[in-house]
Amino acid sequence: MIPRHGNPRQGQEGGSGMAARTLYDKLWDAHVVRTDDNGTALLYIDRHLVHEVTSPQAFEGLRLAGRRPWRPDSVLAVPDHNVPTTDRSAGIQDPVSRLQVETLDRNCEAFGILEFTMDDPRQGIVHVIGPEEGATLPGMTVVCGDSHTSTHGAFGALAFGIGTSEVEHVLATQCLLQKKSRNLLLRVDGRLGEGVFAKDIALALIGTIGTAGGTGCTIEFGGEAIRALSMEGRMTLCNMSIEAGARAGLVAVDETTVEYLEGRPFAPRGELWDRAVADWFELHSDEDALFDREVVLDAGCLAPQVTWGTSPEMVVAVTEVVPDPAEEADPVRRSGMERALAYMDLRPGTAITDIHLDRVFIGSCTNSRIEDLRAAAAVIRGRRVAEGIRQALVVPGSGLVKAQAEAEGLDRVFRAAGFEWREPGCSMCLAMNADRLEPGERCASTSNRNFEGRQGQGGRTHLVSPTMAAAAAIAGHFVDVRTF
Amino acid sequence: MEKFTRLTAIVAPLDRPNVDTDAIIPKQFLKSIRRTGFGANLFDAWRYLDQGEPGMDPGQRRPNPDFVLNQPRYQGARILLARENFGCGSSREHAVWALADYGFRAVIAPSFADIFYNNSFKNGLLPIRLDAALVDRLFRAVAATPGYRLTIDLPAQTLETPEGEVIPFDIDPFRKHCLVEGLDEIDLTLQHADEIRAYEERRRREAPWLFTAPPETAGRPAAEGRS
Ligand code: SF4
Repeated sequence: MIPRHGNPRQGQEGGSGMAARTLYDKLWDAHVVRTDDNGTALLYIDRHLVHEVTSPQAFEGLRLAGRRPWRPDSVLAVPDHNVPTTDRSAGIQDPVSRLQVETLDRNCEAFGILEFTMDDPRQGIVHVIGPEEGATLPGMTVVCGDSHTSTHGAFGALAFGIGTSEVEHVLATQCLLQKKSRNLLLRVDGRLGEGVFAKDIALALIGTIGTAGGTGCTIEFGGEAIRALSMEGRMTLCNMSIEAGARAGLVAVDETTVEYLEGRPFAPRGELWDRAVADWFELHSDEDALFDREVVLDAGCLAPQVTWGTSPEMVVAVTEVVPDPAEEADPVRRSGMERALAYMDLRPGTAITDIHLDRVFIGSCTNSRIEDLRAAAAVIRGRRVAEGIRQALVVPGSGLVKAQAEAEGLDRVFRAAGFEWREPGCSMCLAMNADRLEPGERCASTSNRNFEGRQGQGGRTHLVSPTMAAAAAIAGHFVDVRTF
Repeated sequence: MEKFTRLTAIVAPLDRPNVDTDAIIPKQFLKSIRRTGFGANLFDAWRYLDQGEPGMDPGQRRPNPDFVLNQPRYQGARILLARENFGCGSSREHAVWALADYGFRAVIAPSFADIFYNNSFKNGLLPIRLDAALVDRLFRAVAATPGYRLTIDLPAQTLETPEGEVIPFDIDPFRKHCLVEGLDEIDLTLQHADEIRAYEERRRREAPWLFTAPPETAGRPAAEGRS
């Protein structure tokens, strides 16, 4: 299987006598400190991102053992899951949420870790601010106690989510114990049609290979359609690698990557920048590198996607209908579909465009970057949110995204249409703060998980792209944004 | 960490695929800054009829009689039998803490999500992967036999059924070693501190841009911890 990324600068090292390697192989090799007899490697971690939910027990563990962080300057912390998205001047109302955020503040202060606190203009969702600050760089290993750390793979960095014990392990040792995963190439040929986005590629992929399809793998996204994506689009795609079961997703470095990073606060400067860029252009799979598995999608065939069930793999094109479990041969899958339809209160055969909504959420680390907001705003400009929609929410991914959007007047477009314009955070993606669905409510959401209760107990989530969410808010039900 | 060697216990069956960590422990309980106390809210939305919030007295809640863990025959279960892709979704280790706090010491399934699988070992919870057909057979046996127990022998890497059938399972030798001995992985890693430092030195020369910090962090002292 031979991937062709068409990177004009590649190809120098092919004849060096070294076996051809994938991008993942290269990143892995560069970070192995040691490997033991049965193949468990000690992998060095360059960047550690921390948020308030998965870190308190790790810091407590450090204290109990009398340890200190190995390299505090490798850590960047930010509260995002619990923060209110309404006026913050009064602090956090919920005392339990408040304690968790204050615990992060205290831990960062005590251990000399840089934190963008809740009032910092740079505060935002951890996976939005890492790249935005240039804290995520090509060739790095990036970890965070959060499964959507896969987002950062868009930069040609090996980035994956870890549990709290591993957060403590990385704090204490700057390393993780890891086994190498397999290489899966997802090649997307052709070009995306008008109104079809990276989110639709991600959902279509998960629909194809299933939520466990990438288990044990690192996915590299390649092909013409991926090369044509902006960094925002690549982040959306890598973000959802975990929904395909893969801990990490990757995109090779190219001019788009380098352009995005130049001048960002954590990025190198001057002579160091030039050296770094030369190094980064090596970060792609060799022409003849072998992948364990390859999946090919044709971008030209993709329509906007809408999930109908309680797992991201339960997805169809907006032009289709809710599928019928009776047509599923596998009994475990069939009962899963039946349970999902009961939870979602949907009947087989219902046209996706006949599904009416109660709320619309534009936000989350999947789709809350400036490009997402621009695309959504373009759909709603001059229109009004439908009568039947109880709430339409826009939650920018970071303070800087919010400021940029306001400078472009997007906030006015959203407000004029009847959307609420909020402060940055995770918000209704997982409803740990006050933003949530009521039992039975149905939501078009640009987030990444449609699990039972994810957006509030009894809430029903349909995952879509930002433009699909925006169009649904205006129509009151799903519509094909290509003809809207 | 609690050692794991041999265990004979009641098996509770959770017959659905793709059980995600949001279902294992819903997000409202993740606000705790402790590692313990999550067991009362394990599978909260399935286990109770009322809506669970942190701080509720479990004794005052309305259990869902249909949920498997509420059935009398599975009381005291310490082994969970599950379907494929168990523990998918969020990386929250709270899911493992909740299972362990409830009393589970092992989960048997055809497959696990990667992060959940890793997290389990750090908390003395043994995830056992078995062939899907075998898991299916165990589901039928558990349903047919009230009080069905399995014996897990980790050093021998076997399961033993009440009928005396012995089923071998695979496990990574390093993880097995840590679990059997109850070892702290951080201590083990710190035994290689010199190698980590040597790697770091080399990388600082080769790729110094990986070590540049923004101006505001430079030289910021740590107020806590020994040097
Ligand atoms: S936005 Fe959602 S998926 Fe992303 S980090 Fe926050 S809670 Fe997790």
